[in-house]
Amino acid sequence: MKKSANISNNIYPALLLATLFVAWYLATATGLVPGFMLPSPLDVLRAFIDSFSELMRHARVTLTEAFTGLGLSIILAFVIALLMDRFEGLYKALHPLLVISQTIPTVAIAPLLVLWLGYDMAPKIALVVLTCFFPMTISLLGGFKGSDLDAINLMRAMGAKKWQIYRYIKLPNALPGFFSGLRISVSYAIVGAVIAEWLGGNSGLGVYMTRVRKSYAFDKMFAVIFLIAFLSLFLMKGVELLEKRAMPWVFTTREEEWQEN
Amino acid sequence: MKKVRLETHNICKNYAGELIIKDINIYLRENELVSLLGVSGIGKSTLFNVIAGVTAPEAGQVFLDGRDITGQAGKVSYMQQKDLLQPHLKVLDNVALPLFIRGMKKSKARTEALKYFEDFGIAGTEDKYPTQLSGGMRQRAALLRTYLFSRDVALFDEPFSALDAITKRAMHRWYLALMERINMAALFITHDIDEAILLSDRIYIMTGPPGVIASELIIEPPRPRGDDFLVSDAFLNYKRQIIKLLSLA
Repeated sequence: MKKSANISNNIYPALLLATLFVAWYLATATGLVPGFMLPSPLDVLRAFIDSFSELMRHARVTLTEAFTGLGLSIILAFVIALLMDRFEGLYKALHPLLVISQTIPTVAIAPLLVLWLGYDMAPKIALVVLTCFFPMTISLLGGFKGSDLDAINLMRAMGAKKWQIYRYIKLPNALPGFFSGLRISVSYAIVGAVIAEWLGGNSGLGVYMTRVRKSYAFDKMFAVIFLIAFLSLFLMKGVELLEKRAMPWVFTTREEEWQEN
Repeated sequence: MKKVRLETHNICKNYAGELIIKDINIYLRENELVSLLGVSGIGKSTLFNVIAGVTAPEAGQVFLDGRDITGQAGKVSYMQQKDLLQPHLKVLDNVALPLFIRGMKKSKARTEALKYFEDFGIAGTEDKYPTQLSGGMRQRAALLRTYLFSRDVALFDEPFSALDAITKRAMHRWYLALMERINMAALFITHDIDEAILLSDRIYIMTGPPGVIASELIIEPPRPRGDDFLVSDAFLNYKRQIIKLLSLA
């Protein structure tokens, strides 16, 4: 019952995707759109296979930057959210600043970061951190602040210390929000790293992208775009699996009504 | 006469500049079930928070076994209408939580908690999450958590008021039977007159505002009482008396 519902749920997007690819193929095969503007999907697939090893070499760099930045963002998000929850003054002082930090366009700050931090991985990681820490900080903070006051009072009545309240009430309460923040952040992480790479560097998918664009190799360009999309999806799926492991209580259903006796 | 465990002396508490409860003097003997009956908003929960040590009173003291525990949390246990079981902890860990907080080793705390699952009628639920339990079972688990927190004196803030009428009656019967087996002095907050008469050895009637103890009733016959007590003349007489006392305010 459940399985068949799952299959029919997947069939709609799969059909739409297939239709789009066929339309794309027909548009290029019939010459409706000239080949130099839009390569055929088969060309893209060929380009992907031909430059696979090169793509993987660049992907490794981009992923390293994305993961390092993401890891640092997670640590930063936890530290900032904890401090902001713990100290009301800090919350009031920092909250507007955090929001403002998100209104600065990534593309505008990236060249500055390159200027300040050089052509290595440092500016890329910095940009990833800048784009990623915010969604997680906000969702963690929301979880901390939204914890049940009665539960906290009960813990206090039991004589719980501050860290015990975080351990047993606030952190678990913040986990669902943290994971939805993380899911957004992983896709930001890759895109953030790629944007930073556009502006300088020797390797990485962004650098590769700039090169193939300059040589008008649109088939390779599309191959990178698909690779980036695929990597993001893959990571989001990874977060989902992690979420299930970390919060088993959300995914257990109420199997049976317990009998009163 | 059994000895007095819990006692309050002239407790007063303000909230937002207004006097909520005034000169509250109550006591609780060993093994005794006492109810605090009054309309909603009269300050019953405020008094509980003071006794539990979660908030400090403007005046007055709370004594446990003769020692002043005013403003000290962690001395008497506390249970609310919401079971406050943590969704992320399995039932066993939820119940053992007060022992974890006290710093007991987890494995030892779990063994200790598990001993009582049978008695509290929740055997077999230890590896479930709270969402997998019915309301009545959750309340039992919360009650066991309260008992492990402090087995001597417990405060109950309308613990059964969120349950449907039939489950509630079943819980009353079960609770009274349980109290015959374990020794725990309990102070109940309730606005359910039937519940107060059925469960209590003594009832304090609270009127106001500001909340004051208007009178005290001793309920006879002593526990255990059978189901027919609910429809006896004695029961109805108490009910009539209480309704009158509450409406005088």
